[in-house]
Amino acid sequence: MANREFDVIIIGGGITGAGTARDCALRGLKTLLVERDDIASGATGRNHGLLHSGARYAVKDAESARECISENKILRKIAANCVEDTGGLFITLPEDEDSGYGLDYQKTFVEACLDAGIQARIISPEEALRMEPSVNPRLIGAVAVPDGSVDPFRLCSANVVDARMHGAEVLTYTFLDSFIIENGAVTGVRLLDRRSGVVSEYRAAVTVNAAGIWGQAVAAKAGISIGMYPAKGALLVFGHRVNNVVINRCRKSADGDILVPGDSVCVIGTTSTKIPFEECDDMRVTPGEVRLLLREGCSLCPSLSSTRILRAYAGVRPLVASDSDPTGRSISRGIVCLDHESRDGVKGLVTITGGKLMTYRLMAEKATDAVCRKLGLDRPCETAVTPLPGSGDGRIEAVSRRFSGKPTAGQKAAAGRHGDLTGRIRFDSPDDGALVCECENVTLAEIRYAVKELGVTNLEDLRRRTRVGMGTCQGSFCIRKAAAALAEALGDPSLADKLAAEYLEERWKGMVPAGWGDTLREMEFMQRVYKTGKPYSYDD
Amino acid sequence: MQEINISDKNFEQCQKCSLCETVCPVMANNPAYAGPKRSGPDSERYRLKNGIFFEDSLKYCMNGKRCEVACPSGVKIADLIQQARIKFSTASPKLRDAMLASTDLMGPLASGFAPIVNISLGLAPVKGVLDATIGLDHRRTLPKYSSRTFTSWFRKHAAALQDSFPRHISYYHGCYANYNYPQLAKDFTAVMNAFGYGVHLIEGERCCGVAKIANGMTEAAVRDAKANINAFRKATATGRDIVTVSTTCTMTLLEEYPELLKVDNSDVKSRIKLFEPFVFEAISSGIVKPVWKEGFKAKVAYHSPCHQERLGWGIFTIELLKMIPGLELIELGSNCCGMAGTYGFKKENFKVSQKIGEPLFNEIRSVAPDYVACECETCKWQIEMSAGVSVKNPVSILAEALDLEKTSELNRA
Ligand SMILES: Cc1cc2nc3c(=O)[nH]c(=O)nc-3n(C[C@H](O)[C@H](O)[C@H](O)COP(=O)(O)OP(=O)(O)OC[C@H]3O[C@@H](n4cnc5c(N)ncnc54)[C@H](O)[C@@H]3O)c2cc1C
Ligand code: SF4
Ligand code: SF4
Repeated sequence: MANREFDVIIIGGGITGAGTARDCALRGLKTLLVERDDIASGATGRNHGLLHSGARYAVKDAESARECISENKILRKIAANCVEDTGGLFITLPEDEDSGYGLDYQKTFVEACLDAGIQARIISPEEALRMEPSVNPRLIGAVAVPDGSVDPFRLCSANVVDARMHGAEVLTYTFLDSFIIENGAVTGVRLLDRRSGVVSEYRAAVTVNAAGIWGQAVAAKAGISIGMYPAKGALLVFGHRVNNVVINRCRKSADGDILVPGDSVCVIGTTSTKIPFEECDDMRVTPGEVRLLLREGCSLCPSLSSTRILRAYAGVRPLVASDSDPTGRSISRGIVCLDHESRDGVKGLVTITGGKLMTYRLMAEKATDAVCRKLGLDRPCETAVTPLPGSGDGRIEAVSRRFSGKPTAGQKAAAGRHGDLTGRIRFDSPDDGALVCECENVTLAEIRYAVKELGVTNLEDLRRRTRVGMGTCQGSFCIRKAAAALAEALGDPSLADKLAAEYLEERWKGMVPAGWGDTLREMEFMQRVYKTGKPYSYDD
Repeated sequence: MQEINISDKNFEQCQKCSLCETVCPVMANNPAYAGPKRSGPDSERYRLKNGIFFEDSLKYCMNGKRCEVACPSGVKIADLIQQARIKFSTASPKLRDAMLASTDLMGPLASGFAPIVNISLGLAPVKGVLDATIGLDHRRTLPKYSSRTFTSWFRKHAAALQDSFPRHISYYHGCYANYNYPQLAKDFTAVMNAFGYGVHLIEGERCCGVAKIANGMTEAAVRDAKANINAFRKATATGRDIVTVSTTCTMTLLEEYPELLKVDNSDVKSRIKLFEPFVFEAISSGIVKPVWKEGFKAKVAYHSPCHQERLGWGIFTIELLKMIPGLELIELGSNCCGMAGTYGFKKENFKVSQKIGEPLFNEIRSVAPDYVACECETCKWQIEMSAGVSVKNPVSILAEALDLEKTSELNRA
């Protein structure tokens, strides 16, 4: 039987939990990371992927802005293969003058950025158009900032891989059932293995609650109340990259005012709607949200109106009500790290939440500091200077050349996805180079690698690791091939049909809200071929 | 909602059905070529993300556009491929490619020395040298250069007569008829004159640029295109239509100028007419009347070139040829000959080019016609060399089959 004694147990395999597990492991703690689903299946797998410069927060929240720019610089160094240095623009349109966000506001904005240490530079509309030809040509002003894009899954995965390399154990598809509480202290957890249905006990002196929006429910299991506000954000994915520079609107944050280029697509977002907790596990994007995002998106970048939409999706921001305001009206957007011993008199439990994807490292540092304090240890944090696995030489050119002088599209794409770790993908047997997913250039070799080394159990897991089925055809052309390869690797070829059906059902769900034009044709094609796709209805 | 978001990005209309792959002649014969779907719409997304996803193997595409004819979604696959080559190919054209591409430059240079050039191009040791030094395949029979260009003949012997006709057209002769095969242009002049059309050269005509496009010399091609469209504007202002004989030049003037080179031709596009549809319509609407030679007899196999397939006008050629009494017409299956302009000249393409053409060559051999009818000059080179049957342009077939004198008399008024 495996050893079930740890120094620290972390609940939640999103970016916050993964980052905390890595930090704990690097500081020499015996660490267990627990995730009820796949890693990055919560908010971490459903966000915008913007590597904020902090400019967005500069005017209203200087502290967040400072955190952002400092973490922005750190991530570029330690996670080179997950980050793309796209640069960003904040544009002003003529109509912004009328709503009080004209060129006067631009001045205020730039001053606030510079105060926070963000290099913001006013550029002419002409220069903005040169920098990013797709930007709305009606713009009257633009500010260039060091925004970037970050691949949330890769970042999360790199943290998990590194935590493992430093001795951490990771349990996915494992649910925190309840805490073991002895003498007013959390001394361990009871975990439900969702595949076997078996519940087992694990012990640790400290447990970290990093369960995102589900952190409220997790805390409740220890009898602790945290006031959280699930804020749903919807996003639309377009079929290809229309822009190569992040485009923001230079005004007070509003719906649909950021267009982020990420991998082979671009994403417009987001909205913000408070939803009931029950909906957090099954979110649907409504036609109304799609319309709103399109309308706002087109004022950033008019050609979105004639670009194919691949799908829509939504995530929930884990927002926390400030402890001093029980009405929940003042909601903190910053990092929240709670030591429940001082706050609630419950020993052995820490909650880390709030914040952002791109400030995860700082969040992890704070949580790990708290863990070490509780364990009576004094160990310095090294995550700000220790590169993540894969980060080495993140450039596609360099990495893909390691395969051969003339790398194939599949090899180049793999290099873009796995960075320095790409070398572990073996192109040895003749069929290794065969393309499974043609839209996203995923080879059989990459699939074999993901199954063998990155803990894949279903096609969703595989998608997050390789982008299989994320392209124009949304899997209708490739998913049978991928399902067969995965089922074979899992040792049960008869699983293929079931795996494919589950996957397509999930894709279908994202395509429904954008079901017209070429996407509708694709859906009909998918439906005819696979007899898949339940109808959905909306109240909208 | 529908009104505000419909994709006009052509490559996004691909549904991944793979039909294009089943008709691409290169994909079937050259394993190094990834095929139309991969090279076109699939890779375009990745090229937009990062130029390093441009693949060198795009150079194997012959731009015959059979893929586009097959695509049920209307994706301009071959255009995407040529556009990507224009945008991303960093390889600067080799001397060989530049020589093949500059049909207008090589033409005048070679014409002056035609006997020497022709003899030396035909000699085995010279071909060996060309093969080794610039990569022209030594198995290839090279097109001959004529010692006298069409235009110089025309100015001296024909130009003065042209104003006397009742109707008029402007003639875009192209490089091939001018430098390599003036007889074709002379036949054209004879036929048009017989039908009562005065033939006029276009002031400032240039090479259409297709070979420059194929060999990566885009800027030069854009210069040609702009010059030609300006020349066409002046020519059409006189009320004359522009008539062409080469399907490849025609497709370039009509489609590649706006799609690939972004040179606007919208104001003259409808005035550019290929010989066969032009004559077919003139005859069937009764504007002109043919008188056919008595006792004309020929067994003719018609090969529709790729660019004619793309233009979709092969039917006019077929109907026109069917009008000729005594002409037995056999329509060959839709197959590419493998030559595709300057493609088959290149050493690295020779084998593939022959393999692609094999089904066509076999069919021609089994039909055993007196000759093959085909509107494309490069198909002619390939078929004559590889199937051993001579190839005639429909223009020349008409020149032979018409009783030119009687036709002239009938169409004088
Ligand atoms: C629409 C939207 C756009 C955003 N855009 C950006 C952006 O552009 N840039 C940026 O920096 N940030 C962005 N964010 C914020 C960012 O996504 C989140 O702050 C971040 O992902 C939160 O990570 P997390 O690990 O705390 O939570 P999560 O990723 O939600 O992880 C929590 C995990 O805990 C697991 N869990 C829950 N209960 C249990 C249990 N009982 N047992 C075991 N496991 C459990 C869940 O399955 C989940 O995987 C965005 C958020 C949203 C919603
Ligand atoms: S143009 Fe011809 S060679 Fe090129 S992809 Fe299309 S069918 Fe193939
Ligand atoms: S034929 Fe057209 S739709 Fe089908 S795969 Fe080829 S490009 Fe795509």
